Amino acid sequence: MKGWRPPAPFLLLLPAILVLAAVVIIPLILSLYSSFTPFRLTQPASLFTLIGFRNYVRILTDIEFWTAFGRTVLLLTVALNVEMLLGLGLAMLVEKATRGQRLLRTIMMFPMMFSPILVGFQFKFMFNDNIGLVNNALQSLGLTDQAIPWLIDGSLAFFAILVAEVWSSTSVFAILILAGLLAMPKEPIEAARVDGCTPWQTFRYVTWPFIMPFAYIAMTIRSLDVARAYDIVKIMTDGGPAKRTELLWTLISRTAYADARMGLANAMAYVAILLSILFTVYFFRKLSAARTQIAAEW
Amino acid sequence: MATVSLEKLVKRYGSLDVVHGIDLEVADREFIALVGPSGCGKSTTLRMIAGLEPVSAGNIKIGGRVINDLPPRARNLAMVFQSYALYPHMTVRENMGFSLKIAGQKPEDIAPQVDEAARTLDLTHLLDRRPSQLSGGQRQRVAMGRAIVRNPDVFLFDEPLSNLDAKLRTQMRVEIKKLHAKVQSTVIYVTHDQVEAMTLADRIVIMRDGYIEQVGTPEDVFQRPNSKFVAGFIGSPPMNLKDADIADGQVVFANGDRLPLPARFRDRVTAGQKVTFGLRPDDLYPAGHGIHSGEDADVHRQDLRVILTEPLGNETLVFSDYAGAEWVGRMLNPRRLAPGEALSFCFDLSQAHLFDRESGRTLRG
Repeated sequence: MKGWRPPAPFLLLLPAILVLAAVVIIPLILSLYSSFTPFRLTQPASLFTLIGFRNYVRILTDIEFWTAFGRTVLLLTVALNVEMLLGLGLAMLVEKATRGQRLLRTIMMFPMMFSPILVGFQFKFMFNDNIGLVNNALQSLGLTDQAIPWLIDGSLAFFAILVAEVWSSTSVFAILILAGLLAMPKEPIEAARVDGCTPWQTFRYVTWPFIMPFAYIAMTIRSLDVARAYDIVKIMTDGGPAKRTELLWTLISRTAYADARMGLANAMAYVAILLSILFTVYFFRKLSAARTQIAAEW
Repeated sequence: MATVSLEKLVKRYGSLDVVHGIDLEVADREFIALVGPSGCGKSTTLRMIAGLEPVSAGNIKIGGRVINDLPPRARNLAMVFQSYALYPHMTVRENMGFSLKIAGQKPEDIAPQVDEAARTLDLTHLLDRRPSQLSGGQRQRVAMGRAIVRNPDVFLFDEPLSNLDAKLRTQMRVEIKKLHAKVQSTVIYVTHDQVEAMTLADRIVIMRDGYIEQVGTPEDVFQRPNSKFVAGFIGSPPMNLKDADIADGQVVFANGDRLPLPARFRDRVTAGQKVTFGLRPDDLYPAGHGIHSGEDADVHRQDLRVILTEPLGNETLVFSDYAGAEWVGRMLNPRRLAPGEALSFCFDLSQAHLFDRESGRTLRG
């Protein structure tokens, strides 16, 4: 009698399944499980006490969490919009360049080459109230004689973080939108000019609908980036002063490692991931709608 | 009144002149075709009229007014592009109504005009589709609809039929001709296809290397070409053009073969003159199979061997060797020919052309 043999496709996929299970699926299940326990890193035994949804209930009523949540959404919204506008402007300028366009494109990508940690340090130095470049410049220009406390005042610190984010990531938009502009057929633009469009109308009715999908691709990529925004904030303010620049992930990492409350942190992380998924789904919907509109073949 | 005048119009890219100071008067409601091989400057000229290319020198006037520096939107023209250039994100209806919307007309005023144009072009059932859902011919019609709706002073067509297959092209050619009869606008039509130019235009402008070679009605350019270039460009298959010398009142080819000097050139050439002899395939035919009876005084008979035939059903193109070169003739009312068969060919010299070999200009008076 022959023993049971697993089907060939399963056998062939088994190595991949094993690797995926080891590095993704098991940690995922473990972390989801731990979010239903009062697991503290200092008390390993607490991993085996189930407390049901208590962590989640606690988060839902935690004002600190929702403030960080709201601030993350705000950062996301403002940063993406500013980056989009600047990226669009940059892309359109570079597209107009008749000479040295390749060089400009390369230069445009420089900010993407730096680690966010280094960007954080650089902007922390620039916005330093005593020795920073920004205050120095403002004072030399005679715009102010005060040392503006960039990283100490809550809303100024938020602004400084925003500037750092925008500086490091505008090029994502610029590159993708430029790709869209370069791929765009020129005839519809000429047709629009003959049809009576002013340059602004040509952009509004012809160019923009065409490059919209490219902007949405950039949006989708960046929305994941900003929703996990951590490094720049960690370096520049570490969520301070007095938690006034606390974002979701700085809060979660503090809860997990400083307070050692891994169970609660995992619960927070799952809520945060939900936020990421929502943004991604939203932009993907927009993207596919825009693609259908221009009848893109990709 | 939408007359279009080009006065010493020049287009220069850096130090390279692509249009060399051309002059052209287009009458109101005239259908003008600019035709020539690629790179002859015909599209550039059209784009200058449209305002898509700046004018380097000279003037463009529409209705007597110089429009050199007006942006395209202020010229009241409509242009149909080779690639159709439809707006991919708009429906057919929106594409056609776009210029009116831009001009600030109300939706309720736009709708009837779009419907009217759609009826003319048989597009009514397609109004809610997007360009990507249309075939090439339908896109072409939408592009024309978009132009008609504007009710422009001048229509510009930039090789509008080049992307269509042969059958559709013939069909659309007829549509364009009907359309012009209906809308009665001035039309400037660029094409490299001499058949389109011949069938559509009131007058044809033949361009070459940025110069105008000849302007004339289709009959003019076909029957009375000013130059060797025009003679070879207009007509399909092209005119037989062979270099020859004039000697003893005859046309003598390089290998010594000779034809009588056509009567109308007798006083216009001198012995020893270097010429190019031209004869259309229509005027070279097997005896009894030509347009003419072959009995006229100016018909020269010659026995030739058939090398190759191209039967087209109603006629057969016959290739044969004469004077050390290949000649093509047209056999009407054809019968089957075998390669190598000897036939008596008629050279209808009353229709022959002589050009100066150096300048390429015609020697006709």
